[in-house]
Amino acid sequence: MRFAIVVFPGTWSDRDCQYVLRDVLGQQADLVWHRESSLDGYDCIVLPGGFSYGDYLRCGAIARFSPVMAAVARHAEAGRPVFGICNGFQILCEAGLLPGVLRRNDSLQFRCEDTFLRAENVATPFTSTLELGQVITIPISHAEGSYYADDTTLDELESNGRVAFRYCNADGEPAPESNPNGSVRNIAGVVNERGNVLGMMPHPERAGEELMGGSDGLLLWRGVIESGVEAVVG
Amino acid sequence: MTPDQHTLDMIALTREEYELACERLDREPSDVELGMIGALWSEHCGYKNSRPLLRLFPNSGPRVLTKAGEENAGVVDIGDGWCVAFKIESHNHPSAIEPYEGAATGVGGIVRDIFAMGARPVALLDSLRFGPLTDARNRYLFQHVVGGIGGYGNCLGVPTVGGEVAFDDSYSGNPLVNAMCVGVARIDKLQKSSAGAAGSLLLLVGADTGRDGIHGATFASVELDEKSDERRPAVQVGNPFMEKLLMEACVELAEEHGDWIVGMQDLGAAGLTSAAVESAAKAGAGIDIDVAHAPRREDGMSAYDLMLSESQERMLIIVSPEHEADVRAHFERWELHCVVIGVVTDDGRATVRDSSGTAGNGKVVAQLPVELLSDPPQYRRQGEKPAWLDDLQAYDLSALPDTEDANADLLRLLGTPEIASKRWIWRQYDHQVLTNTVVGPGSDASVLRIKGTRRAIAIATDGDGRMCYLDPYAGGVMAVAEATRNVVCAGARALAVTDCLNFGNPEKPDVYYQMEQCIRGMAAACEALETPVVSGNVSLYNETSSDGGQPRAIYPTPVVGALGLMEDVDSVIPMSFQSEGDDVVLLGADTPRGDVNALAGSEYVKVAHDGLIAGQPRIDLELEVRLQRVLLAANAAGLVRSAHDCSRGGLAVTIAEICIESGLGLDAAGVSISGRVDAALFGETPSRIVVSTSDAGALLSRAREHDVPALRLGVVGGDRIALGVEIDVAIGDARQPYENGLASALAADGAS
Repeated sequence: MRFAIVVFPGTWSDRDCQYVLRDVLGQQADLVWHRESSLDGYDCIVLPGGFSYGDYLRCGAIARFSPVMAAVARHAEAGRPVFGICNGFQILCEAGLLPGVLRRNDSLQFRCEDTFLRAENVATPFTSTLELGQVITIPISHAEGSYYADDTTLDELESNGRVAFRYCNADGEPAPESNPNGSVRNIAGVVNERGNVLGMMPHPERAGEELMGGSDGLLLWRGVIESGVEAVVG
Repeated sequence: MTPDQHTLDMIALTREEYELACERLDREPSDVELGMIGALWSEHCGYKNSRPLLRLFPNSGPRVLTKAGEENAGVVDIGDGWCVAFKIESHNHPSAIEPYEGAATGVGGIVRDIFAMGARPVALLDSLRFGPLTDARNRYLFQHVVGGIGGYGNCLGVPTVGGEVAFDDSYSGNPLVNAMCVGVARIDKLQKSSAGAAGSLLLLVGADTGRDGIHGATFASVELDEKSDERRPAVQVGNPFMEKLLMEACVELAEEHGDWIVGMQDLGAAGLTSAAVESAAKAGAGIDIDVAHAPRREDGMSAYDLMLSESQERMLIIVSPEHEADVRAHFERWELHCVVIGVVTDDGRATVRDSSGTAGNGKVVAQLPVELLSDPPQYRRQGEKPAWLDDLQAYDLSALPDTEDANADLLRLLGTPEIASKRWIWRQYDHQVLTNTVVGPGSDASVLRIKGTRRAIAIATDGDGRMCYLDPYAGGVMAVAEATRNVVCAGARALAVTDCLNFGNPEKPDVYYQMEQCIRGMAAACEALETPVVSGNVSLYNETSSDGGQPRAIYPTPVVGALGLMEDVDSVIPMSFQSEGDDVVLLGADTPRGDVNALAGSEYVKVAHDGLIAGQPRIDLELEVRLQRVLLAANAAGLVRSAHDCSRGGLAVTIAEICIESGLGLDAAGVSISGRVDAALFGETPSRIVVSTSDAGALLSRAREHDVPALRLGVVGGDRIALGVEIDVAIGDARQPYENGLASALAADGAS
């Protein structure tokens, strides 16, 4: 499968995504500078983590104007997979491809630690290898990851199965103390209506090898790869 | 015109030094020239008090590719064509005034030193010292230093994987913020900072130049006082986003187009002056700069401002003329400013012109021999052992009553900020980005794999100011011994070290004595452990007069950053116990008998006896060498399941830390403690490692072969920490103070 990993000025998990896709999973994974205007020929677009434009003004607010974003939107409209991680999630929200926003963590501090995530929707390409309710361990690394949307939007997301992951404890319960950043309803990741655009704050590319402390992140990447053909057609 | 005292004070030049400069120049310097001389003759840039002592360090070895002082960082060959560039540097004085930006720009500066070598920065560590957290100002400094380190490093995408923090009264008002950066490069892609041949172009890249940080190098070379707040303009403000672009652009340039450039040099202390002059000095060349070309943040900046500004995130790239267009296009693609500001000459002079505005066309505002700037006067001072130190060392610790409740003392120690878990700090740092972190913060050393190889490196920082205060020589030995022991405990062989030497005012005989003895101790340990010093930094004049009285020096605090290598990442040793039933062995001691001397400088005595810090610490360097060897030999033979060295808090705290981390208990109730119980449990005798093994017999016989004393302590299992009849604590009860100690101390607002 051919992955395009978009690099904005200030992106830093581009190489981590490339490593897990290319060196661990044997896929084609190219770094694409944000000034590119075409993403033709790629199956999946990854918007990786980092501090695009230093998170100045507001996280993701400047990157959404990059030339590449028009191509990302076209890719999403065509029903092909777009995977926003951390800053990539923030950019997708700013660009209107996903609902809601990411606010400062309720601790007002940066947090880098493992979180447990419960799979809430396994009908997307990204979650197709998971069982409903399965608990996976993926680390977070952010200062602005507190997901927020108004109640109407949230209810709509919930009723349409668009909450992809919730922060939970080891037993899969979305307890308040297992919410690392104050996200509403413990939401860690959401998808668009068609389920082909996923944004999540945790970093699956960091959970790609046992040597790094865990490999649950591979389940998500494998999901994209295995359902790749359908996604392109769909 | 001869400058007045105020002018000389601003640049921290003595009258004698000014006269020496005039004599060597055969005239009086201009304003710009005087500023340049002051900056490069400052202790921070010129090492005028420390250079003779630094020569005591061993600096070469079979794996050393660049030695201390030769380049921006030391470089060590780690095999398979890869090398590691690393260095530690202080940002103490700025952090005392403006802790967030001071710490942030400390990180930025050390990262530039590493990518100036063409190496990709892969890890940061921070060694921090503060006054007690019972004081509101110290809490403020602590929280904002941690914030600044995280704010900069997290944005940059370089993981902060380790470091340490300690607290003592002597650092009140003068915290220590030492940042270490580690980078990885292909050996054949390494860059030099030499200016190269005449005709090469000097390109200034990155941030525009502002008025921030003027006299920063000077500021770092005087004592802090109540007027230090007035020097706030000398503290720079960081822009990690700019640094990220600069880092990516420079690493890519070195990796892919190394033939376009002659060298790279970062602009740090003393800004453009230092960068250009140092490059020229290394090449035996001259430079000719026109400051009119420097992009600037505000109007009306003089040549003086432009030459001495310490605005962050700037690099000097030295380019052969035929590749000027290529290099400019490269940086422009990264959306960075890039201008030619000068040229390398062969006249051995640093010429500064200003063809901007009113100054006229190409008017020369400074012209000095490079050699005058790069060869400051050196002082070999006379140290003297102070009488108070004799008294401290002769203190009769045996007169102190022994512990009456060892369990309570253990729980109390586990909750002190000194010993408690530092998770409150490192959960605020991205310690995983770049996906190399095999062992992150919270262990003796951090371990990073080297992608594309089976290899891994282990890194740790250490330096015990309290021990150096009580015995500067022994403390110097201990700093090197503990840093290297920590990488050995992770399963790596120690290859080399970097150091940051934090002391008070060297013009005082007792401070100079501390400095000289510490350095002699460190040098002896580096020789014995075969770990040359490949880079470093000196921070002097760490003194404050918080109460308006006489300035008081910090504890002498040399901080050592050690680099270790393992050929195969599978030989990494965890800190946690692995399985119930494993045997636990103490390497380095063969008796649980408590010797009162072990209490010297211990946290236990400080906590239990009203802040007392006294006695004479000791270390047996030959035992340390054998200890490190036997652990690596035993690990290679598959005999080591986990390892953690004994340091602050002694044996009982070490065992408690392992049990808390692993969630597995230790039954060592059969150990029969004799002598002083407090010394046996909480004494801080160095050169001891707690090891778990599946074969105690084989491990003990290995120890005998290496002439290392060893003692079987007990068996892993259960949920209690039991040691002799004196210690019996549930892991859950020990975890409580250990996990919450730091947060509780910080929550004590209003308690000062």
